[in-house]
Amino acid sequence: MVRPAEPRANVWLHRFAMLTAAATFFLVIAGGLVTSTGSGLSVPDWPLSYGQYFPPMVGGIFFEHGHRMVAGAVGLLTFALATWLWFGDSRRWVRGMGLGAVVAVLTQAALGGITVLFLLPTPVSVGHAGLAMAFFALVTSIALVTGPGWFRVEPREPAAERSTLPRAALIAAGAVYVQILLGATVRHTGSGLACPDFPLCNGQLFPALSSAGIGFQLLHRVGALVVAALVLWIAWRVRSEHPDLTELQGPALLAFCLLVLQVLLGALTVWTGLAVTPTTTHVATGALLLVTMVVLTLRLHHRYPAAGHLPSTAESEHGAAA
Amino acid sequence: MTRKLLAVTVALLPMITVIACGGGGETPPADAPAASTPAASGGEMIDPATIADAGGVAGSVQFAGSDPELQVIQMAADPYCLSSHSGEVVAQRVMVNANGTLAQIFVYVKEGLEGKSFAVPAEAARLDQQGCMYMPHVIGLQTGQTLIVSNSDDTLHNVNAQPSNNTGFNIGQPVAGMEYEHAFENPEIMIPVKCDVHPWMSAYIGVVANPYFTITDAEGNFSIDRLPPGDYVLEAWSEGLGTQTINVTVAPNETAEANFSFGT
Repeated sequence: MVRPAEPRANVWLHRFAMLTAAATFFLVIAGGLVTSTGSGLSVPDWPLSYGQYFPPMVGGIFFEHGHRMVAGAVGLLTFALATWLWFGDSRRWVRGMGLGAVVAVLTQAALGGITVLFLLPTPVSVGHAGLAMAFFALVTSIALVTGPGWFRVEPREPAAERSTLPRAALIAAGAVYVQILLGATVRHTGSGLACPDFPLCNGQLFPALSSAGIGFQLLHRVGALVVAALVLWIAWRVRSEHPDLTELQGPALLAFCLLVLQVLLGALTVWTGLAVTPTTTHVATGALLLVTMVVLTLRLHHRYPAAGHLPSTAESEHGAAA
Repeated sequence: MTRKLLAVTVALLPMITVIACGGGGETPPADAPAASTPAASGGEMIDPATIADAGGVAGSVQFAGSDPELQVIQMAADPYCLSSHSGEVVAQRVMVNANGTLAQIFVYVKEGLEGKSFAVPAEAARLDQQGCMYMPHVIGLQTGQTLIVSNSDDTLHNVNAQPSNNTGFNIGQPVAGMEYEHAFENPEIMIPVKCDVHPWMSAYIGVVANPYFTITDAEGNFSIDRLPPGDYVLEAWSEGLGTQTINVTVAPNETAEANFSFGT
C-alpha cells in the first residue's frame, strides 16, 4: 500500500474508524454492565476464563467473559485501524493517534487483567474506567479527523478572529473527564449509595463527612454542577457566536441534551438503589458527553488554529476528494 | 518457613521447660488426640480435652421480631442450578425455626481467654457448593485451621472470599469434585464468601482464635463445652440482625445458661 503524499479523506478508512468507535462505545456499555451486575470477579483467572477460551456463559460469566470477547474484537479493530492509518494517512499526527490507540488498548487489557487478578483494587479499577473513556475519545477523534467534514472546514483568519472559545471548550471537556474519574471512584469504592437520597445527602444539603464514601459522592455531585455550568456556557457561546455553523451547533446541542439526560440518570441511579439499567446508562451517557465535548473542542481548534499551527493549504484543498 | 520455625519453637518450649525445671507439670493422657498442630500464637497453651474441671455454656437464640419476608431465589441464570431443586429455594439471611428460634447464628467466646492459646485442629472444616448453594451457609473456623472449599455441582463456580483482616482469595472451580484449601491467620467475624457467577450464593465464615464457637441448630440451641472455669463474654452473630453479647460465668464442672433474643 502506498501512503498518499498529501492528506485527503478516505471514506472507507473513515467508515472503519466510525465502526471502531461504535464498537468501543458498545465495549464501554459491556464494561459498565460488569460492574453494575457485580460480575467483576465471576471469572477469577485471566486472560483465559476458567482455563478456557469459551466458558459456559452462565450468570456473571455472561457479563465478564462477554466483556472480554467484545474487548478482544475492539483490540483487533484497533490494530487494523492503526495499520490502515499508518499506510493510508499522510498526516504524521493522525498516524500517531493510531499508535496511541494501540498502546492504550494494550494498556487497558493489562489493567483489566490486573484488576481481576488482584481482586479489584480501587485505583486499578478507576484507572481501567478512566483509560476506557480516554480510549473512546481517542478513537472517536480518529473517526472525526479522517472524515470528509474535517477536510471541508476552511479555517478562518486566526489572527483576526482569535476566539477564547476553543480553549474554553477544552477546559469543559477536561472537566467532563475529571467528573467521569470521580464517578468511577464513587462506583469502585462502593460509594454509590453513601448518600441514599438525591438531591440532598442523608436529608442534608451539607452533610457531615462521616465516611470517605460521602466525600466521593459529594465531590461527584459538586462536579456535576461545575460540568453543567461549563457545558451550558459553551453551548450558549456556540449558539450565539456561531449560529451559522452546523458542525458546531450539532455537538453543542447534543452536549446540552446529554447533560440534562445525564443529571436525570444520576438521580435515577440513586433513587433505584443502583439498578443495573440506569447505572449502566449513566456510565454510557457520560462517555457520550465526553466524546461530544471532545468533538466540539477539536472542531473549534480546527477552525481557530493557534498561531503557527495553521493547516497546510493542501489539507484544505483536498476536502472534496471524498 | 518462618511459621514452621515458630511452630516448632512453640512445640519444643514446654519440653525444654519440663527438662529445665525437673518436670512435675501436667502430662496429657496417652489417648489424647495427637493430630493437632500447636498454635502459632504465644500464651499459655490450653488443651480443652485435659481441663479437669471444665464447664460449659448452653442456651438458645430466640427470635422476637415479626416473621421476615422470605426472598425466593431466582436461579434461571444457570439451568443446572434451576434443575437442582424441585421446589422454591429461599435466601438464608434470617432463618426462623418452627419453634420461633433462630438457626445459623454464630455463637463464640469473644472475651475471657486472653493470654491463652490453643492447638490448631488437625481436621479441616468443609464448605461445599451443592445445588448452587453453600453448605453450610455459616461456618466457624479456628485461626490457622484448614478450610476445604469443594464443588459438588456439575457447573462452574468462583469462590470469592472477601476478608478485611485476612488474605482473601478468588478461585475458580469449573469442574465437580474440585477442592481448594485455605487457612485464615487472624480472627475475623465474619468473612463473607460469594460466587459472582451465581449472585445469590453467599456464605459467612467466622474465624476465632479459640475452639469455643458453634452455630445454632434447627431448634435454635447451641452448646459450648470444655471451657475453663471463668468469666466470659459470649457473642452471637446473625447475618441479618447484627450481634449481641452476654456476660457469663462458668463454674467448675457446670454448664452456664445464656439465652439470646434478636428482634427486627
